[in-house]
Amino acid sequence: MVIVGGGVHGLATAYYLARNHGITNVAVLEKSYIGSGGSGRNTAILRSNYLTPDGVRFYDRSLKLYERLAAELNYNVMFSRRGHLTLAHNDSSLRTMRWRAEVNKASGVDSEVIGPADIKKLVPFMDTSERARYPILGALYHPPGGIIRHDAVVWGYARAADAMGVHVHQDTELTGIDVEQGRVTGVRTSRGSIATRVVVNCTAGWSTLVANLAGVRLPVQTFPLQAAVTEPVRPFLDTVVVSGTLHVYVSQTDRGELVFGASVDPFASYSTRGTLEFVEGLAGHVLQLMPSLSTLRLLRQWAGLCDMTPDFAPIMGHTEVDGFLVDVGWGTYGFKAGPVAGETMAECVATGRTPELISAFGLRRFADGSLVGEKGAAAVGH
Amino acid sequence: MILIPCPWCGSRDAGEFAYGGEPTPRPDPRTATREQWRGYLYLRNNVAGWTTERWYHRMGCRRYLTVQRNTVTNEVRQP
Repeated sequence: MVIVGGGVHGLATAYYLARNHGITNVAVLEKSYIGSGGSGRNTAILRSNYLTPDGVRFYDRSLKLYERLAAELNYNVMFSRRGHLTLAHNDSSLRTMRWRAEVNKASGVDSEVIGPADIKKLVPFMDTSERARYPILGALYHPPGGIIRHDAVVWGYARAADAMGVHVHQDTELTGIDVEQGRVTGVRTSRGSIATRVVVNCTAGWSTLVANLAGVRLPVQTFPLQAAVTEPVRPFLDTVVVSGTLHVYVSQTDRGELVFGASVDPFASYSTRGTLEFVEGLAGHVLQLMPSLSTLRLLRQWAGLCDMTPDFAPIMGHTEVDGFLVDVGWGTYGFKAGPVAGETMAECVATGRTPELISAFGLRRFADGSLVGEKGAAAVGH
Repeated sequence: MILIPCPWCGSRDAGEFAYGGEPTPRPDPRTATREQWRGYLYLRNNVAGWTTERWYHRMGCRRYLTVQRNTVTNEVRQP
């Protein structure tokens, strides 16, 4: 079978197909190099404190897989479990945080609302005073959250899949999908054709273009999301800090760099060029949280492409074309879901059935009117 | 970012505008099937390349306008 996209989703799917189901006759097609898309452009934050019960149990499974990934792949993925704070700057945010905390606890996920004094203990550099432009009223604290080295995750999965017999083809762009009488018969690529009955679309940014090749339309629009990183400084920030109101999230890597992420850009685009407007807005927002960072210099900025769905939940499973499966629509939350997406997509392909864990994420939900409404996703205003 | 050519105000920074996206014709609610409604509500072409789209000049003349934009390069031109 053929998997389109050599990022964490495609490679994890290939890995779990081989490991859990003994299917190794798999080709992973990557038009550039592995991890060159969203897998290498995200801000590497892991958490499972979502809003809907469907989302919580799904991402919690992913976090559990991430926790033991280094040992399983024999590859140091540098998972650092350091706690995750989602700040609330207004009453409605605080209400959503309480709601999320209760949904999380009901699913066995460690998550609670804390006040400014406790936030100050976790992040002494944060301006928790009432003088701030947007005073911090509280936060959703999620101790199991953390960061990981995203490149290492990609390389670890690729190496493990390769060792079991999976073929990873870099520099190989999909150019066509052959469909006869409603079922997939093969794919064409920039380096030749492959006869196959199963194609799994694991792309981000190009998911609608790939699906169009099979004649499947997806309710997805592609928006860039920009991020930036500073020069390295001594460790001072232990937790991951997120503010939906200020459209910013901050964490410090093991090298000492501060990694900043934001909301998606205000209009759809396939461009990954950074903009000055983004840096200006980002710097202003970061300084409102931590004024002492004002002399820190940015090293670089970049953008990744986010495939946004109408309900901020992914689209996973079978489509109306027999043999064409999708694992797309990963918006701003794809990286943290890599392992569980790979595990469930592998099961979906191997057994032909949709695993219960992803039953809420099918493409049919848009026609049936049963949308998920995951407002716990990043870059979603409350 | 990019400049949007407003026919009334001239080329202005995209930050003054609200993005309206691809125009999607509304089907007749009396005759539309569920699939047609789904398409109207959720399906967009999401073109990589030149596309025609609506913008709203919210911080200017507050009028809607149509522009063509290349979604790969963000190059903009008058329709």
